[in-house]
Amino acid sequence: MSEMQNTTETITTISGADAFVKSLLAEGVDTIFGYPGGANMPIYDALYHYEAEGTIKHVMGRHEQGAIHAAQGYARASGKVGVLLATSGPGATNIITGVADAMMDSTPLVCITGQVAYNLIGTDAFQETDITGISMPVTKWNYQITEADDIAEVLAKAFFIARSGRPGPVLIDITKNAQFQEVEFSYKPCQMINSYIPKPKLDQDKVAQAVEMIKAAEKPFVIWGQGVILSGAEKELESFLDQSNIPSASTLLGLSAIPSDHPTYVGMVGMHGNYAPNMLTNSCDLLIAIGMRFDDRVTGNTQTYAKQAKVLHIELDAAEIDKNIATDLAVHADAKEALQALIPAMEKNAYTDWYQEFNELLKEEKAEVIQPECQPEGDGLTMAQVVDQIAETFDRNAIIVSDVGQHQMKAARYSAFKQSRSHITSGGLGTMGFCLPAAIGAKIACPEREVVAIIGDGGYQMTVQELGILLEHPVAVKIVVLNNEFLGMVRQWQELFFDNRYSSTPLKNPNFVKLAEAYGVRASSINQQDQLQDALTDLRDSQEATFLECMVVKQENVFPMIPSGATVTDIRLK
Amino acid sequence: MVKQVALNEEYTVSIFTENAIGLLARITNQFTKRHINIEALNVSQSEVEGVHRFTIVVNTTERQVQLITKQIEKQVEVYRCFYHHAEETIHQEIALYKLPISALKSGIELESMIRREGARILSMEENFFVIEKTGHRSETSQLFEKLKAYNVAEFVRSGRVAITKPMDELKEHIQEVKAKAAV
Repeated sequence: MSEMQNTTETITTISGADAFVKSLLAEGVDTIFGYPGGANMPIYDALYHYEAEGTIKHVMGRHEQGAIHAAQGYARASGKVGVLLATSGPGATNIITGVADAMMDSTPLVCITGQVAYNLIGTDAFQETDITGISMPVTKWNYQITEADDIAEVLAKAFFIARSGRPGPVLIDITKNAQFQEVEFSYKPCQMINSYIPKPKLDQDKVAQAVEMIKAAEKPFVIWGQGVILSGAEKELESFLDQSNIPSASTLLGLSAIPSDHPTYVGMVGMHGNYAPNMLTNSCDLLIAIGMRFDDRVTGNTQTYAKQAKVLHIELDAAEIDKNIATDLAVHADAKEALQALIPAMEKNAYTDWYQEFNELLKEEKAEVIQPECQPEGDGLTMAQVVDQIAETFDRNAIIVSDVGQHQMKAARYSAFKQSRSHITSGGLGTMGFCLPAAIGAKIACPEREVVAIIGDGGYQMTVQELGILLEHPVAVKIVVLNNEFLGMVRQWQELFFDNRYSSTPLKNPNFVKLAEAYGVRASSINQQDQLQDALTDLRDSQEATFLECMVVKQENVFPMIPSGATVTDIRLK
Repeated sequence: MVKQVALNEEYTVSIFTENAIGLLARITNQFTKRHINIEALNVSQSEVEGVHRFTIVVNTTERQVQLITKQIEKQVEVYRCFYHHAEETIHQEIALYKLPISALKSGIELESMIRREGARILSMEENFFVIEKTGHRSETSQLFEKLKAYNVAEFVRSGRVAITKPMDELKEHIQEVKAKAAV
């Protein structure tokens, strides 16, 4: 801090970099993820002091992509805004996958990139890249700061936009001169932006119409999504379902919003979701969609999706309404407010025959898929069995973080949840390499909770260097790699749709145990069913970061499966 | 939704925004990422102080333009976005045509054509002169075709400016958004 003497008063000025860190502190940020470089060095210099005094923790990735996925995991486990700091040029372009992922999955992030000095912009300077231009389609908002005067105000706006309404990533680019510049600092949180309506006013007429629709329905069916978690409507959803007794299913990202053993819960919808909720989407007479966006992995062929049903869509984002599926009634509202308004009008109905339909189909799925996968014949391990046993061993109460592919679907299908924000995966973008750093971020956010990363052998190697974070921040994350020596999901499609031509899907892998040990992580490997329980018990009881490789059956498939673009009722059990 | 036969029609999209750097790219991206060509584009101030107005003309289906309108309205700095069929707007474009001075020497034919077309000579220089015509695109195109015989040296046409027929007050729309934003 430097002080400048004025003739009448003392004006305290600080550097832009310091103002930046103070702005973060004013927003309540205590953990940031990042990677230093030429264009953000003044900020890192300012951080040095705050880190030393313990007011802020900086978690350094080993690659900017790893750092941003860790920030995403942190944000999704905690509900707080994840903060990411990268340098200009390659540092900035390396975070784009994470930014796009956060955009698709509505994750609140504030990403700050350093930029070359203002007078160098447009000269193709060293490590200059137009990151506001590049990130524009994958950010909720972005802005370039070129003067220190703007830092506090723009950051306040950035946090407000990232966390309000439908959350999303915001990118702020700060030129190096602005980081050096002296500024008088004062911080005022952003309360509103003239042109931006984060939360629409609930229309009571629409609520009344929704109540009528629900009362008139004989076979209503709820599908909820992550909107329930993002609006903090978990209790309301549970109460709505308790009051109405309507059968309910979750999307991939909605998982864990309410406990998996809730009496109305009939499973997950989607391409590899459960048999009954997918099949009966095309049998219900009222589809109540809450905070979900009818992704193509949920709907399959939209022309044949729930055509027999009236569609009631409760959704915060107006652009999602009628986007993929036409609604008969849209309640454009925050899920929590809408559910609060609906709950008092709900009347309990047994829906006995309707539930019977779900139970019949569940029986089939159990016999055809679940039982053979979870209690397989022979000695070899199946992915389902490992996930199922993890759920049991961790008392169904760990945060399950998964990557992308077969193991992700098994993790979603066989994990069970007791509390919200316990299932973190890359849903919309489907980013391989997401899991390991996201799991570390989640564990940093929630050190009191067990965090289990379930990863395939392909995705693991995309960001395996992030084990390095654990050298500085030795959190007790539990890492399970389901190794089938294949890019399993692509191989499955090759088997089903490309005549068993396994083009570039078999993997030659390194020794994962040695690799983990090289990073100081306790590690072991198993390949037999009779080793599983002991290995998982050890994993659970371990007080440090621990790695377990499970060599699983090589050519397993994920079923049920709705082939891409097919009708939900064309779901295959084998 | 997807049932309807995809029929391309001309739509005028009017967008009312804060003045923000980069917003143009954010808006045009909504069209380009869906592989929709922008036929004409104009940015100007509006009757409300501080509110900018984008006018974009595209050929696409009503379904697409509906979806895009919502995506544009979702952008943080956008107040409102509307789309209209051509017949719901009163619109004009301005075209300039540069011709060699020699074209005038070919008799009175050109002069009377300019008068007939409701165009005017905007400027006379030593070697060339400039004709200005305001009208619909078809009209300025028609004149261009006719002038080709006189060796048009340069032709340029502005983006569309459009006034919508419904008597909605922009101020009220903006006030409504601001009121909702403040809640």
